[in-house]
This record gives sequence, C-alpha cells and structure tokens, in this order.
Amino acid sequence: MTMHGMRGLSVFISDIRNCQNKEQERLRIDKELGNVRNRFKNEKGLTPYEKKKYVWKMLYIYMLGYDVDFGHMETVSLISAPKYPEKQVGYIATSCLLNENNDFLRLAINTVRNDIIGRNETFQCLALTMVGNIGGREFAESLAPDVQNLLLSSSCRPLVRKKAALCLLRLYRKNPDVVNVDGWADRMAQLLDERDLGVLTSSMSLLVALVSNNHEAYWSCLPKCVKILERLARNQDVPQEYTYYGIPSPWLQVKTMRALQYFPTIEDPSTRRTLFEVLQRILMGTDVVKNVNKNNASHAVLFEALALVMHLDAEKEMMSQCVALLGKFIAVREPNIRYLGLENMTRMLMVTDVQEIIKRHQAQIITSLKDPDVSIRRRALDLLYGMCDVTNAKDIVEELLQYLSSADFTMREELSLKAAILAEKFAPDLSWYVDVILQLIDKAGDFISDDIWFRVVQFVTNNDDLQPYAAAKVKEYIDKPAVHETMVKVSAYILGEYSHLLARRPGCSPKEIFSILHEKLATVSTTTIPILLSAYAKILMHTQPPDQELQSQIWAIFNKYESCIDAEIQQRAVEYLALCQKGAALMDILAEMPKFPERKSSLIKRAEYSEADTAEQSATKLRAQQQTSNALVVTDQYPANGVTLRISVGQLSLIKVPSMITTENDTSTDQALSQQNGSLSKVDPQPPSVDLLSDILGPFAVEGPPGATVQSEHIAVSGLEGGSDAVDGSAIVPVEEHTNTVQPIGNIAERFHALCLKDSGVLYEDPYIQIGIKAEGRGHHVHLVLFLGNKNTAPLVSVHAIILPPAHLKMEFSLVPDTIPPRAQVQCPLEIVNLRPSRDVAVLDFSYKFGTNMVNVKLRLPAVLNKFLQPIQVPAEEFFPQWRSLSGPPLKLQEVVRGVRPMPLPEMANLLDSFRIMICPGLDPNPNNLVASTTFYSESTHAMLCLVRIETDPADRTQLRMTLASGDPSLTFELKEFIKEQLISIPTARSPAPAPKAPPTAQPTPQIPPNDPAAILAGLLS
Amino acid sequence: MVFSLFSEGENKVLCWCFFYVTLAFIILMLYEMHFEKVIRELGGVILSRGPKLCNFVDWRGFKVVYKRYASLYFCMCIDQDDNELEVLEIIHHFVEILDRYFGSVCELDLIFNFHKAYYILDELLLAGELQETSKKTVARLIAAQDSLVETAKEQASSISNIIAQATK
Repeated sequence: MTMHGMRGLSVFISDIRNCQNKEQERLRIDKELGNVRNRFKNEKGLTPYEKKKYVWKMLYIYMLGYDVDFGHMETVSLISAPKYPEKQVGYIATSCLLNENNDFLRLAINTVRNDIIGRNETFQCLALTMVGNIGGREFAESLAPDVQNLLLSSSCRPLVRKKAALCLLRLYRKNPDVVNVDGWADRMAQLLDERDLGVLTSSMSLLVALVSNNHEAYWSCLPKCVKILERLARNQDVPQEYTYYGIPSPWLQVKTMRALQYFPTIEDPSTRRTLFEVLQRILMGTDVVKNVNKNNASHAVLFEALALVMHLDAEKEMMSQCVALLGKFIAVREPNIRYLGLENMTRMLMVTDVQEIIKRHQAQIITSLKDPDVSIRRRALDLLYGMCDVTNAKDIVEELLQYLSSADFTMREELSLKAAILAEKFAPDLSWYVDVILQLIDKAGDFISDDIWFRVVQFVTNNDDLQPYAAAKVKEYIDKPAVHETMVKVSAYILGEYSHLLARRPGCSPKEIFSILHEKLATVSTTTIPILLSAYAKILMHTQPPDQELQSQIWAIFNKYESCIDAEIQQRAVEYLALCQKGAALMDILAEMPKFPERKSSLIKRAEYSEADTAEQSATKLRAQQQTSNALVVTDQYPANGVTLRISVGQLSLIKVPSMITTENDTSTDQALSQQNGSLSKVDPQPPSVDLLSDILGPFAVEGPPGATVQSEHIAVSGLEGGSDAVDGSAIVPVEEHTNTVQPIGNIAERFHALCLKDSGVLYEDPYIQIGIKAEGRGHHVHLVLFLGNKNTAPLVSVHAIILPPAHLKMEFSLVPDTIPPRAQVQCPLEIVNLRPSRDVAVLDFSYKFGTNMVNVKLRLPAVLNKFLQPIQVPAEEFFPQWRSLSGPPLKLQEVVRGVRPMPLPEMANLLDSFRIMICPGLDPNPNNLVASTTFYSESTHAMLCLVRIETDPADRTQLRMTLASGDPSLTFELKEFIKEQLISIPTARSPAPAPKAPPTAQPTPQIPPNDPAAILAGLLS
Repeated sequence: MVFSLFSEGENKVLCWCFFYVTLAFIILMLYEMHFEKVIRELGGVILSRGPKLCNFVDWRGFKVVYKRYASLYFCMCIDQDDNELEVLEIIHHFVEILDRYFGSVCELDLIFNFHKAYYILDELLLAGELQETSKKTVARLIAAQDSLVETAKEQASSISNIIAQATK
C-alpha cells in the first residue's frame, strides 16, 4: 500500500501519540499550532506541499478535540489550487473544519461552481462531495441547477452522477424552498431506469427525500420502485460486485422499500400483486444463517419489508405472519434481532389493531424487561407501556413495580413515570391507583417527580370515597422508620386533610397522627416543612373536642418557626398561629380543599413532552393520545368535555408564565392567588413552592365550575395578548396576521388550500420557522403531525401552539415544547376525530419569540371535510337504487349554482377527484353531466355513502345544477355547500380574494341556509 | 448520519473520529456542544456497554449504531426510524473496504493515514447517505485518486530537479 511521504505529519502524529499525559499533549499541540500560525503569516514562502501539510496537521489537531480558530482562510484557498493534490486537501479539510455558516465558505462559491461546471471530472467529484457534505443556502442558490444538470447529463460518468444525486439531496433537504424540483417526477422516473447500481442507489435516496415531501407528484415512480425491488429480490441481473454476502444490494432494497412507504397505497392491482409477492418472499424466505453479516443484511431487508407490510395494511393474513415473525424474534438469542423485534412490535401497535395478538407474547416481553442489555430493556418498557390496557394493566404495572427495585438508575425515572401514567389511565379502581403510586414513592422516591404526587392528591381530593382509604394507607407507610421525603409530603397533605376520617380507628387519634408526622419534621428539607405546618393546623382544627395538650404542642412549634429564616415557613407559622387564636373562624379558613377542576394529567403531558422532545414517534405516544385518561372520567364532577378541556390545558400553559413570575416572591403569592380567586379571606394552607403552585395550586385549581375556569382563562389569555384579539373558540379567525413585523414566506391562504388537497406540505413559513404538516387519514380519524422546524442557529423560545377546534372535531394535541432548539425540528402529533359533518375549520394559534420579535399567527388547519372522504366507485346496479331511495330533501338536495369558475368537464372531474370524490363514468348518458360517489366518515354517520350528480350547461359554463344525496341531512347539506364553495372560489387563486370566502361559517349546527334548498328545488322543478 | 470512530486504549479513550455530514452539525447546534464533547459523551455510553449486547443504543433522542473491531469502535448516529441493521452493515462494509485498501487494517493505519480514511469515506457516504455499495468501484476510485497525487508529485520533483539543475 502507498504511504505518501508526508514525513512531517507522521512525525507530528507520533509525537502526539508518545505524549505521556494530556498536559504534554496540550503543550505539543500548542507548539505546533504556533508553528503553523507563523508559517501561514508569511504565506509567500509556502510551497503548496507545505501548505497541504499544515492543513492536515490542523485537521488532525481539530480531530483530537482542540479548537483551531485560524487557518480557515488558508484551507479554503487550497480549493482554488490548480493541482489535484492541493485541491483535494482543500476540499476535504474545508468540509471538516468549516461548518455551513462559515463566512469563508462564501469566498469559495465561485471556485466550487467553476469546478462543478468544468470538464475535469475529478474536480467535479471533489466539489460535489464538499457541497454534499456542508453546502448551505448560498450554495443551493447558486449551484442547484448546475448539480441538477450533472445528474441528468448523459455525458457524465456514473461516478459524477451519483455524487450529483446526493449533493442535490443535501441541498434540497436543507433548503427545499430554494431547490426547484417542479417537474422532477419524470426525471426521477427516468433515473430509476439507470443501469449503474451506484447511481441508482444515490438516486433512490434522493427519491426518498422527494416523496417524503410530496408523494402525489411521484406516482409515476411507484411501479419502477416495485420493479427494482423485484429485480433485486429475485437476484436478476445484479452484478456480482453489488451483492453483499450473496444478497443483492441490501441497502438498495431497504431504500426502495423506504421510498414505497411514503405512498399511501398502491392502487394498480398488478403492481400491488407483484409487490406483495416480493414481500411474501422476503418474509418467508429469510432464514437465520451463521454468518453474522449475511444475517444482519438479510434481516435489514426483512425488517424493512415488515415496515412496508404494516404500512400497506395488507391482507390480514400477511399482518398475522408479521406478528408471528416478530413473536419469534423477541425470543431469539441474537440481541440485535431481539431488540428490533420489540421495537417493531411497538411500531405495529401504532398502525394496526393487533393488540390482542401481541398480548399473547406478554410473558416473553416481560422477560425482556430483565434483559442484561439496557437498550433491549428500554424497548421492552416502551412496548409494555404501549400494549397496556384495562385488561392487563394490573399485571403490567405490577411487573414494572417489581422491576423498579432492580432497574438501573438511568431508567428509573422513566419507569416510574410510565408506571404512574398506566396506573392512572387504566386503574380498575382508584384504591389500586393509590396503592401503586404509594409503592412507587416508597420504592423509588428519588425518581418521583412532584407531578406524580400532586396527581394522587388531586384524585384523593376529588373522590370522597377514596379519602379514608388513602389516609389509612399513607399512615401505614409513614409509620415506617425510614421514609422518603416525597412520602412525607404526600402523607402530610393527605393526613392533614383527611386524618379526621380515621379518628375512630386505633392509633389514629389526632394526637397520634400528629406525633407520627412530627417525628419526620427533623429529617425533611425546608420545602416540606410548610406542608407539615399546614397539616398540623388542619389536625388541630379537626380535633373535636379541642385537646389542650395538642394545641399547646402545635402552638409551640408555630412559635418556634415564627422566627425561621425561611420566609415561607416563617409566614406560615405566623399566620397559622394567628388563625388558631381566632377560634371558630379557623373552621372556615382551614376548611377542606375544594375539588380540583378536571384537567389533563400533567404526567401524560410530560410524557408527551419528553417524547416530542426526543422527536420519537413512538407508538406509546400515539396511544397515550388516543386514550384519554380513564381517571379523568372517574371524577364525574363535571361533564367530561374533551374539547373545552383541551383548550384549557393549552391555555393554562400559556398562563403559567406570569403566574410563575409572581411566585418568585413568596409573600405576594398568596395574595396574588387569592386575588385571582376573588376571595381575599381565604388563606391557602398550602406550601407555595413554585412547582406546587404551578400545578396543584395553579391559579385555576381552586376555582368553581369549569365553565367559569375556561372563561376566566380566555380573559386572561386575551389580556396577555394585549386584548387585541380576544380569541373565542368558535370565532372566525382572520388568517393573516397584521401586527407582526415578521413576514411570512409564501401565501398562507394558498398553502392552506394546497394542503386541503394533499396530505403533506408546508403550512406556514417565515424567516425563523417552518411549520410542515403531514396527515394520515383512516376513516373518521386523522392523524396529523405538525413539524415545527427552527431555521436558525438560535433557539426559538416561548413557543405556544393552541388548537381551537370547531365543535365537530375532537382533537388531541400533545404539548408543544416551550423552546425549539436551533436547527431542530419538533414533531407534534395531533389526533383528530370527526364527530359529524361540518365545514368548520380548526385553527392553530401559534406564537413564538425570536430575539425581540414576538410572532403570533393563526393558521387554519387543513382538517377539512374532504379529508374524511374516501373515494368509492359505485356500479350502476347499486347507484340507481340508492339514488332513488334517497328521495328529496333533506336527504337529497338540489341547487343551481351560478358564478361557477368556468372549467372544462375533465378539469371539474379532476377537481372532484382531488377532493376524493370519485367520478363514476358511464352512469349518466349525458356527456355534460358528472356522476360521482364517495364515502364520508364521522362518528355520528359512520361510513356513509354520498352520491353526487352535476349537470353542466355547455352553453354557459358559469352555472350548473348540483344534486347531492346521502343518508344524513346535515351531511348532504354540508357536502353540497363544500363542493359549491370549491367550484365558486378558486382554490389556487393568487389574489387574497378567497380569504373571505374560504373560512366557512363557524356555526356549529347546520344553520338555515341563506337560500333554502327546498325553495330552490321547487323553483327548479316548476 | 454522523460517522465517528474512536478507540479504547491507554488513557486516551478517544483517539480520533470521523465526524461528518448533516446531522453532525445539527447535534452540535442542538446541544451547543463541541464535537469533542459529543464524542466523549457518546464514547462514555458505548464503552460502558459490555460484550454480547446489541449494537444499538439510545442517545439524546437519536439512535447510535456501533460496532467494535478489536480496540476500535465505529459508530453512526441515526434517526429513530432509520433501519438499524442496514446501518450496521454500512459500518462493516466500510471496514471491509479499509481492510482491502490497507491490507488487514489496524488502528495505526487509520491514525497515520487519517486523511486516507476520509477519502474512502467520501466515496462511500455522501450527505449522510450511502453512495456506492460496490467495493470494487470504491477501490478503483481511490486508486485513481492515489495515482493522480503520485503523478503530481513526480511532476513536481522533476520540475524541482530541473530548477535545481538550472540554478547549479
């Protein structure tokens, strides 16, 4: 092998390696850096060889983790060297040392461009490699068309074209707005015919990026992908050098299947059949072999095939094959396969209803929870969490509790949080829930965050039956000699409030309770003492008849703390002492805490937050959102209105900010609180630590009926926004924002209209943020993911997103993190359930802060009526009986629509098609008429067939007669209005004109239409 | 994908690393971490894992796929939904190519010829994606590059000989 004589470099590396310690190494490096710096200063005398050598040295030093803050200029200048060796070093060192935002890079753009468009293919390769690794916005702006040309050029050799493909991929991924890929569908299809497998592999990566953004445009690539996959899977015509351990390029197979997963379905029956044959072959024909690499490669293909089958939701037969395979995998010895088996089972839970089959493997999964490998244990925990439901909650939670004692520290917090959530969600009865949480605190107190014990307190407070049980239970725990401080907190709270309910039991007299609690006082920190003091005050109040001895004991304690250095403790002590001496008035003031208003579990919120944080699109999260907490329902204090609840949760988080600020000063807290509650006389016997206030005692926690809560939150929210636009859940919200100084990129209304017709794309963009959206519909459910991408190198803060759902949609939105880190993308899933037909639109109220700019926009979400449609072709023999049986209003409505945008019939057919209303050709003998059908999904109507007939007048294209029929009056009406709106307004109009038209009226119930259909029908028929 | 490689040895746990492409910078900016810290942290996670465990580990919301060859660890940082086994074999593929190029590659080869390792990696991966899966093709391209460098050197030395002759 060749060792280029770079002696100086080798000597330097040897020197570094011979250093005895870090200190010596540092000295040697400083010396070298000084040397290089000096040499660069008198650049004139440097030969290209020397320059190259110094740049390598710098790179080596940089790799060792030292800062190299000079020489960037010299590195970049090597790029323009005329000879290959220097140029090569320049390009490679630049890609390593500089990041895409480095100013020096700009200097090189011209040289890079010349290399790319030049004739020297080795230079082209170097330039493409660098741009592909670090090319930023400016590179995309000036180079993308050149790179596109290279990729398509027939005169370029594969080595250039494959680099061009990936270079383009990078530029497109980084700046999709700059790189123009309109019309690329044909070119991609053409690239998929490529013979060279290197170019094909690179092109396939590019295709994956393109289809992930917009699959609609790339339908033509689908059959080609299937063909490629078939060719590889059958090993037809694959050169030997492209097989890996006998497997035809496993990577290309995986990539091809990845690309196929971005298409929602495969309609062409023969393509579909071919694909399923291939998949079947992969699923069944993959055996475990001895060679580890061959095994890995074949299983990489197998797992991708599994994912594709899950995605295509194949015939049930194949799905059960998949589960069977996974069941086998989770029990094998090979750890990688075991890990992937668990992971894919969790994914499977997300896409299909296989919970029952997966439950059969519960024992094996629980075994994996004890696996020696923490990676596998985590996947097992995810899976158990995801598959938990009412039937197996007891078993699973018990297992988690048991495991908690032996689990390693890195997992305990997650484990206890998950156990707490499952216990809450699936508790068969609340006493079991209390048992679980207390066990958790007992076993893993250090890992129990405050929200967990807050939650148990909320339940106990809201459920009278539970109170004596909980009091007795905590007393058992606190009786033990060594108790975790969290246990002291929860015990003190519960015993303070409810220990009087136990008074008749042995060992539970006020005095005894007091002395048990008081024993702990010496062992706890200052945050817990206030809770204890409150408990003492309450115990004293409940002691009937008064016990002089107890009273003097407690008074003495208050006395003692009157001069405590901790302001909070001191204040409590002073106040309680004063209150106690008031006698009867004490009863009112220290009365039992009122019930907490229902709200979404902060635990679940937190779990969602932390998962959104890691951008983990796990099944657990999805399921967590699908199932609203059972526990919430148990407290049937108030009607469980999912919608209002959701609003209040979102806004509560908004409001937290100011309330946190006020709590900085403890003394003002109680005042602020009681003022907000409108009852100054009520002194809160609670410890006002910041956390506590933000949750248990959140400003609204002590309030009356939930209606009032929501109301006051509204007021407070609009107050926060300067009162300019008071947002009401049902108000029509202007889409454009006028007060912002930050201008959106692109037309928001246009983006919205485009998204109404497709499943993914950009909803909003401005210089700081890009909000993308991806929707996936399944009947009356739509799973929508918002992608919030921070485009800057600084974080976006105070990020708030609130969904204002119309009455007909049930929406569950995970909490958006307050901060989006630089260059990061946060995914926020949104589950939408369509309750009934309506044209109302949900609005996303989104705000964030960047530097001094506070940006707030209200965006309509494309969860519109047509997203709940599923095209269906109805044959004539079914259509006509249906059509006849739905006779007349309100099930069948007819209207003459005027002022229609003139369009030829095929275009109208396409338009309907894009709303997922399928044209049924040949049903209407008149060629000027269109007959179409679709299925509408909602909870109230289930799957309901809708039939449409449009009669056009070839003489006057601006008017037509439309007849709608379905089995539900409001559906008929809403769908008719919907189609009418689309025919009249121009969805892709460039003018802002559609804005007043497009936001449909927000009346939640079908109102009396401006033009009564019956009247029109009558007019027509006459 | 971020590619990095480090070795466990003496008191220098992390000898060197390949740090590459898109995600690398995302990570750096996300955590405002110098890559040394990334590698150090990642190294800590991976080196603490015993033998016979799986080759995947969660790290800061990413997945890290790693493989140990003697005292060297190769690792790649990937997204949650990437195909882990595929990436694991990319690592092995890279090692096989290195092995073929250096002739039974060892740690020292990579340390003293770290730039060579970069060249090879650049032929294998680009923009975090696999570029070429044929070992033969990669070997051919690298050989061509080497010969270009050699030719340039020979030219340079012959020119300097001429100059030396002329100025004698």
